[in-house]
Amino acid sequence: MAHSESEILEGLAEIVNEETGLPTDAVTADKSFTDDLDIDSLTMMTVVSVAEEKFGVTIPDEDVKNLTTVGDAVSFIAQAQA
Amino acid sequence: MGLLEGKRILVTGVLVESSFAFHVARLAQQEGATVVLTSFGKAYRLTQVISRRLPVEAPVVHLDVNSAEDLDALAERVKEHVDGLDGVVHSIGFAPQSVMGGNFLAGEWEDVAVALQTSAYSLKALAVAARPLMHAGSSVVGLTFDARYAWPVYDWMGVAKAAFEATSRYLARDLGPDGIRCNLVSAGPVRSTAAKSIPGFEKMESVWSERAPLGWDVNDPEPSARAVVALLSDWFPATTGEVVHVDGGVHAMGQ
Repeated sequence: MAHSESEILEGLAEIVNEETGLPTDAVTADKSFTDDLDIDSLTMMTVVSVAEEKFGVTIPDEDVKNLTTVGDAVSFIAQAQA
Repeated sequence: MGLLEGKRILVTGVLVESSFAFHVARLAQQEGATVVLTSFGKAYRLTQVISRRLPVEAPVVHLDVNSAEDLDALAERVKEHVDGLDGVVHSIGFAPQSVMGGNFLAGEWEDVAVALQTSAYSLKALAVAARPLMHAGSSVVGLTFDARYAWPVYDWMGVAKAAFEATSRYLARDLGPDGIRCNLVSAGPVRSTAAKSIPGFEKMESVWSERAPLGWDVNDPEPSARAVVALLSDWFPATTGEVVHVDGGVHAMGQ
């Protein structure tokens, strides 16, 4: 079943919280994974892999580098599950 | 009955699904093996997540192959999951970007040393650390890239692979009296995690498609993974110190 964008954002925030310890309310659509949330590439790959399982989508490696902000990831996942 | 029925195999180097070691772990399980993975640092969590995508989720033990403390603790950590090892897969390599991708002449020793320790010495370190769990018939298998030649962009990683191949021969000599084999698979280029980290990797890909008499698919890790599984099995009982080429035949061609 497709998740809404707000559900995806909420789910991503939970994943980021589990993987980094950042509070979920710090994970908003406008935040940059690297610049604002200080997530390195290995942690980003972990977040992406858990998100793939959670939302039942595939996020190819070559697309991960284009996911600058949390909002980018939300949009990508929303489209990928469509 | 699978080729590795009942065998206990330690697989290093699983990071993502495109990791070569992931395919080895998957095939080993499909052939009946119980698999234990290793990972370390920030990669550890990612390896755990990716392990769930194997046919059977495999436990992950901590091992930084450059850490004496981790090496000393390896046997005990593995023993929490299996009571011995019939096989060990070395799929570990690292070289700083400063010594690859056309930087051969500029390469400095500090960075070269990291490449040599992580990519070559680590085979000896891993084999010795796992030795208390191994027995007559156990098999160590590593992955190399034909180190007899100078390749585009591979640079100091190529030198490390030459040391790696020599290390395998000395391990074959010194572990042979215990009945433990050590062999390498020399694979053609595959678009794995390792390959993506090499700047200009596509230059090597093109050589293969032109020269391999069997042809070569850079997107297919399966042939090399199968060879690793075969070397782990009981079907190469008198083979050690060997390098099996899984490269479409490129190594045998003059041009």
